[in-house]
Amino acid sequence: MNTKTISYVRQEMIAPTPAPLSTRSASGWIRTNLLATPKDAALTILAVALLVWALPGMINWLFVQAAWFGTDRSFCTTAVQGGIKPNGWSGACWAFVGDRFQQFMFGRYPIDERWRPMLVAVLFICLLVPALMPKLPRKGLNALLLFVGLPILAFFLLHGGVFGLQKVETPLWGGLMVTLILSFVGIAVSLPVGILLALGRRSTMPVIRILCVTFIEVIRGVPLITVLFMANVMLPLFLPTGWTIDNFLRALVGVAIFASAYMAEVVRGGLQAIPKGQFEGADSLGLSYWQKIRLIIMPQALKLVIPGIVNTFIGLFKDTSLVSIIGMFDLLGIVQLNFTDTTWISPVTPITGLIFAGFIFWLFCFGMSRYSAFMERHLDTNLKR
Amino acid sequence: MTDHAAIAPSEARTLRSYVYDPKIRAIFFQILTLVIVVAIGWSIFDNTVANLARSGTASGYQFLKGRAGFDIGASLIDYSSDSTYGRAILVGFLNTILVAFFGIITATAIGFIIGIGRLSKNWLIAKLCTVYVEVFRNIPVLLIIFFWYKGVLSSLPQVRDSLKLPLGMVLNNRGLAFPRPVWGDAAWVIPVALLIAIVATFIVARWAKQRQMRTGQQFHTIWAAIGLIVGLPVLAFLAVGAPLTFDFPIAGRFNLSGGSVIAPEFVALYLALSFYTASFIAETIRAGIRAVAKGQSEAAAALGLQPSTTTRLVVVPQAMRVIIPPLTSQYLNLTKNSSLGIAVGFPELVATGGTTMNQTGQAIEVVSIWLVVYLSISITTSLFMNWFNAKMALVER
Repeated sequence: MNTKTISYVRQEMIAPTPAPLSTRSASGWIRTNLLATPKDAALTILAVALLVWALPGMINWLFVQAAWFGTDRSFCTTAVQGGIKPNGWSGACWAFVGDRFQQFMFGRYPIDERWRPMLVAVLFICLLVPALMPKLPRKGLNALLLFVGLPILAFFLLHGGVFGLQKVETPLWGGLMVTLILSFVGIAVSLPVGILLALGRRSTMPVIRILCVTFIEVIRGVPLITVLFMANVMLPLFLPTGWTIDNFLRALVGVAIFASAYMAEVVRGGLQAIPKGQFEGADSLGLSYWQKIRLIIMPQALKLVIPGIVNTFIGLFKDTSLVSIIGMFDLLGIVQLNFTDTTWISPVTPITGLIFAGFIFWLFCFGMSRYSAFMERHLDTNLKR
Repeated sequence: MTDHAAIAPSEARTLRSYVYDPKIRAIFFQILTLVIVVAIGWSIFDNTVANLARSGTASGYQFLKGRAGFDIGASLIDYSSDSTYGRAILVGFLNTILVAFFGIITATAIGFIIGIGRLSKNWLIAKLCTVYVEVFRNIPVLLIIFFWYKGVLSSLPQVRDSLKLPLGMVLNNRGLAFPRPVWGDAAWVIPVALLIAIVATFIVARWAKQRQMRTGQQFHTIWAAIGLIVGLPVLAFLAVGAPLTFDFPIAGRFNLSGGSVIAPEFVALYLALSFYTASFIAETIRAGIRAVAKGQSEAAAALGLQPSTTTRLVVVPQAMRVIIPPLTSQYLNLTKNSSLGIAVGFPELVATGGTTMNQTGQAIEVVSIWLVVYLSISITTSLFMNWFNAKMALVER
């Protein structure tokens, strides 16, 4: 070996030089990201003009001019309309939202009994948060408590009539509480039913396959509002004479049927993505059909379609707002009901109420979509090891 | 090779082997399912007949011939409260198609712009488009409908304080009134001219393609097409002496007379459906464009194609394959969501059907009409889109 040191090989490394000023300075960033081409510059100017035109007015209307405190409509109306604001005033009426906040949350649930929905909410959060954290153990027990234990307990707590609790009929339920109950039950029912329907659709037995395909395609082919109407008007006709069915239950049935059909298609997508070798491998191990599905296929298929499942949940959560059309008072329904309330009637009340309801819906849906993105990343790294 | 079934004599099969035979099991389970479904169906039928008999409702579609007796605000065909229930439902159906048609066009346009905007290298544009998508995707469409209806459109002035817009248009809380064109006798030549122009465009396009294949020379078909489709009807219109007058709307103290009116209910539903569905279409478009491998546009650049040609001939055709299936389901969603017009009183299929149901009590019949109509729309769209998809699909050798 030649041990002579080669003179032109550098012995120590030069310290890294900082990136050129054109890429790390603010002006460089602006040049590459906002003014790269004449077309980009024009678009940027257009967008800035749009923001300058719209944002200050919106902020002014929503926060600066807004009526934050007040007890009745006079705080949100101008002098001409019979209020205390100067003529020409326009701004959000947050006082209305503040005054009716309890109603927006619980509907017309008796005021003295509102600790019951609050207790259910606390229990729900206590069970949901650990279920959402992938690192925590005992997922099975957690899911059992969340999807079986909690609904039973919640029914007795909310409806009452037992253990000395005052009975609260479902027409008195309302607000965000109803929205959450409807979507939670829809989710809890649609996942197992959707899995069964998807398996039925992939089944080799023609009778079962045809039944499942018909159910899924009919429900997916029609708008939710017709399914709700069906549940509302036709369900009572289907039951034996003398039986009655609660309005709330009818809406629940409609929402659950609708969500199940959509969930079935999402799960089917997952089933189709599982290679045939997995089915054959399970068969060759001598597993029974249900063992195969439970131990080999479903864990893989469901993992693949988590984004689709969460998207269905988001859609379901938004769709529960349609029950306001069939005369129930979910969050949107109760907000709307308050538009006609003479205590708060004013030109700015409806739009403020709708912005509030929209913000609540947005918060939940955006949260769910962020969580889905997080889960996707989390499971993705697992697959890649 | 030996076959077990062939070797085992049939009399040697025990009862146990029958119980575990998958074929026999499958038949057993199917019969069981069928029996359960038929039993449930029969009991539902039985209960329904009993319930209907008790409430004295006659079943059947005879009620469609009865006098409706309710007014409909917006109708594409002649309708009065003396018309039949059947006609009322037809009016609703046409309104559903109308709002779906315009909604789909607008939603696609906005969706394309926002979807491409999200992929822009311009930071501000990309962020603005992201905000649009994240806001509209996470709010119920019903709320957006109410927002337009209650929040924006109901703050319009009353009839006597109508806003006068250019071109003789009038805006107030009854809607947007615009001059209604009244065509003269000879106006039939205009659609005929349009038809001729469309046929001529096809012929020109075919000739241009053949010539390019033969000689390599390009021909700008698009300009010829615009010239033909716009020019020929205009020429025909002028040739027959411009047989067109306008019926201008006049705002009275309480009511509008003359002209055509676009009702605020329609506008609220149309805008809400367009904005809401556009956010989903934008995501579809973005996913489709990102699905085209970067090598494709680089290869096109290496061949010396212009960026605009690359987009038109290389990126878009490949992106369309990914975009079309989800885009179809968005169009169907928009059509189904148009049923929410009932919430603001826009007389579409569910709204007129609902009124009919309340007046006649024919719940099952009305629901069956809804099911048939919506399922037909879904199936027709799916069939068309499957055909289109097959045409666009990758041809594999």
